[in-house]
Amino acid sequence: MAGQDQVRHGHEDEPVDEPAPPAPSAAGAQARDAEVDALLEEIDDVLEQNAEQFVRGFVQKGGQ
Amino acid sequence: MDGVTVRRVMGIETEYGVLQPGRPLANPMLLSSHVVAVHAAAREAGRSRARWDYDDEDPLHDARGFHLQRAAAHPSMLTDSPTVPAPSGDGPQAMPRSEGEEYEDPGAANVILTNGARLYVDHAHPEYSSPEVTTPLDAVRWDRAGELVMLESVRRLAASPALPDVTLYKNNVDGKGATYGTHENYLVERSVPFADLVAGLTTFLVTRQVFTGAGRVGLGQRGEHPGFQLSQRADYIEAEVGLETTLRRPIVNTRDEPHADPARWRRLHVIIGDATMLEPATYLRLGTTSLVLWLLEQATAGGAARRAAQRVERLALRDPVQAVHRVSHDLGLGERLELVDGRRLTALELQAEYLDAVREALDAQGAEPDDATRDVVARWGSLLERLGTEPASCAREVEWLAKLRLLDGMRRRDGLAWDHPRLAAVDLQWSDVRPERGLYHRLAAAGAVELLVTPQDVADAVQHPPQDTRAYFRGEAVARYGSEISAASWDSVVFDVPGTQTLQRVPMRDPLRGTRAHVGELLDRSPDARSLLAALGG
Repeated sequence: MAGQDQVRHGHEDEPVDEPAPPAPSAAGAQARDAEVDALLEEIDDVLEQNAEQFVRGFVQKGGQ
Repeated sequence: MDGVTVRRVMGIETEYGVLQPGRPLANPMLLSSHVVAVHAAAREAGRSRARWDYDDEDPLHDARGFHLQRAAAHPSMLTDSPTVPAPSGDGPQAMPRSEGEEYEDPGAANVILTNGARLYVDHAHPEYSSPEVTTPLDAVRWDRAGELVMLESVRRLAASPALPDVTLYKNNVDGKGATYGTHENYLVERSVPFADLVAGLTTFLVTRQVFTGAGRVGLGQRGEHPGFQLSQRADYIEAEVGLETTLRRPIVNTRDEPHADPARWRRLHVIIGDATMLEPATYLRLGTTSLVLWLLEQATAGGAARRAAQRVERLALRDPVQAVHRVSHDLGLGERLELVDGRRLTALELQAEYLDAVREALDAQGAEPDDATRDVVARWGSLLERLGTEPASCAREVEWLAKLRLLDGMRRRDGLAWDHPRLAAVDLQWSDVRPERGLYHRLAAAGAVELLVTPQDVADAVQHPPQDTRAYFRGEAVARYGSEISAASWDSVVFDVPGTQTLQRVPMRDPLRGTRAHVGELLDRSPDARSLLAALGG
């Protein structure tokens, strides 16, 4: 997951083929991935449509 | 506050990020004053607004024992008005009434809320300064109340066609180089020498970000390098100790305005922390810091805790400022920091040393710690252990991990590199105070984060002050006699009773007086300010 930037457009739910039987922590990680995917769908709807413009326009004056 | 306890007088001051959607060049000071003014107008419909009473403010006083010359001060440090002799004595004091209407500077927009908090414009941000509380859980309640106060202003501005729409963010950076603060304040026994406070606290503040950090997309003050880090504020920390808060920001800030008896108390002002949306993060930030301060106070008092405190004094870092940045940039939590004595320990190991020292001091006291203390110690220990073994299990409690989980999910799903604007947008929108837009709020609605207080708790904390500090008197006085109050501050309320010759200033030098237990009955039998002042001896 982190550290890899393969381009995979869209959102697919097909199960990933595991070459070896998954270790318990890998199973836990998969469950967590599924949970995160559900959260991502939740926020896709509210995230700023034009992210680049939003980020560029977020300009603040320094404070304390 | 005697005995074995996490309890102490404390509070959180938060500057919110302010934006007019689609208008990046809008004047932030004007937007901020709208945020405050719309709140004041709604609540006080028609009657005069209480000013802030600057009489006891002294932001140039330095805990190291010297007084910064006004001429040498950066203008942003001058948060008080010209000096007026400090009052003494306990009863109401007569003050001259000013002639005519006082000039209201829009940049000085300022409201004292019925919950005892202060809502005002600080520099170019709306700031909510929470009322004084005594437990970390109450700190969470009244900090969350501040989010609702800000939300109410957002709604009122949105509903008012003549005024600009404003969105507010509970964060600390804009990703372009600007940072704005979330300051904690803690009342600490004056008997602890300031040098001991610095020696005992620095390594703790450097390393606590492993569980207090809010997470940030971008590395460097301007986010010039792509990546993610634990803390919003870390890259802006440039000094070990100092008075400044707007430049060369220090790990330990020396501003020393106790707003209380200066012979007994200092008010430690901690500026290194992030604003946090996750309730457990806010709770543990205040709770663990209060416990470390307790440890240092106990050590000063002598006795068995002294040995425990000596343990933490041996944790001095060779380069604390660099360590702040390194810990923040170390997502694997494995980076070893060099100590003055040559040891090389990770941030988690250093935190574990602090936890052990606190436990040792608690054991040495013999007496059973109260529930609030036990809960903080247990959660602190559990988090440190799980951060070391399975950090992903902490994503419901630790904000940078909750945020990173979302960002890593998006990176995996959509194949994004760290410099992709969608990831920066997630970071910013995370702390939008609107529940329908704020990403933290979406996670909370989905049950993905741990909550410590109920929505009803928070709604109550918007209206009502804490009952166990002087915030009770301040908040209740504003709620009951608001039209007869001309000004208020942390340690005074100034009454303007029609038909009297002078204003009456009620000083509140002791943060632990003016509680419901002290003045609740008095307030209940005083239908107006005149009878209250008579009962107080004015």
